[in-house]
Formats: sequence, C-alpha cells, structure tokens
Amino acid sequence: MNEVIGKVIIGVGVAFDLFGTLGLVRLPDVYNRLQAATKCVTLGTCFILLGAAVAMGSAQAVVTALLCAAFVLLTTPVGAHALARGSHRGGVGLWEGSVTDEYGEDVGRPTAGRDEDEAGEDEEEDSGGA
Amino acid sequence: MAVTVFLMLILLAAFMCLYRLRRGPTAPDRTVAIDILGTLVVGFCALYALRTGRVFYLNVAISWALLSFTGTLALAKYLEGKAYDE
Repeated sequence: MNEVIGKVIIGVGVAFDLFGTLGLVRLPDVYNRLQAATKCVTLGTCFILLGAAVAMGSAQAVVTALLCAAFVLLTTPVGAHALARGSHRGGVGLWEGSVTDEYGEDVGRPTAGRDEDEAGEDEEEDSGGA
Repeated sequence: MAVTVFLMLILLAAFMCLYRLRRGPTAPDRTVAIDILGTLVVGFCALYALRTGRVFYLNVAISWALLSFTGTLALAKYLEGKAYDE
C-alpha cells in the first residue's frame, strides 16, 4: 500500500519535472526559462524524494530523503536568484515582449537588448578573458 | 516496473536540458540548463535508490545537490563580469 502511494507521488513529481524542462526548451528568453524550469523542477524533485521516502519506508531512508528534499527546496531558489542577477548584470537583455524590468529600473540602467543604446553602459570587459 | 518508466521519463527531461545546453544562445541559458540538470540528477538518484533498494544512493543525491548549488553560485558570480556576446 505504501509503495503504491509513493509511486503515485513520484509520478506527480516526474510530471512536474517534464513540464519544467518543456518550459526550459520552449520559452523565449533566459528569465522565462529560469523561472519555469526552476519552480517546476524544484517541486518535482521534492515530490520524487517524498515519494521515495514513503515507498522505501525504513527510518534511514525517510530521514535521508526528507533532509535532501529540504536541502533542494532551500538551495535551488537561491541558485536561480543568483543566476538571474548574474545574467542581468552581465548584460543579457529581456525578451522584447517583456512588459516590465523592475531590477533594471532599480539599478538605474536600461537592459541590453531592449534599447538600442546598450553600448552606453560601456563595459568593455578588460578582464573578460579570465 | 513503474519506477523504470519514471527513470526513462527523467532521462527524457535530461535530454531536453541537453538540447538547451547545445542550443542556448547565451552563456546564462547554458548555465540554467546545467543547474536544472543537476536538480534532475538528484531526483534520478532518489528513483534509483528506490529501484535498487539501497539507501546510500540518497546520500549521493544529497552530495550532488550540494555540489550543484555551489557550482551554480560560482557560475553566477562568473557571469556577472561578462558581456552579452562573450
């Protein structure tokens, strides 16, 4: 019985994973891909770990799987946030259909790729070859 | 049986990540694909632990999640200093 419940939970998680990576393939720019893939895949992986914990049932497996699920749930959004910030500061522009860019307004500069005068930033990266 | 099908589906998702890794027009696209691939591997390890009945694959999943997180942070810091077409 436990095994059946666990496999159902795992099935839900695998579906989330598939849809997240579908978003990674289909969506138009970095930020869209990042949010679709990160949200779906984080939840899907947590469901898979939860289902594995339910299906395996031994105390060691449950503790390890729940620890791993909590860890994934904490770290993946942090990594995605850092990636979005890094790519924005690195000058990757938004998709032209995007309606707002609050981080760009906050730091007081237009993002590259949206406006034509993106060279106004002039970061001719001198240490770029590192 | 069902677990084998789930493993195949996760492999399919991983191949979609690899497609983005190959195609992605900018460096952050590829970094996102690597990040998501790492998270998928964690799920794969959990499924493999269930399939073989060995708990230590869950420990592999934990350490993989830790290393993937560290690598993502390092790559994000690296991306900040780069221009769009570099």
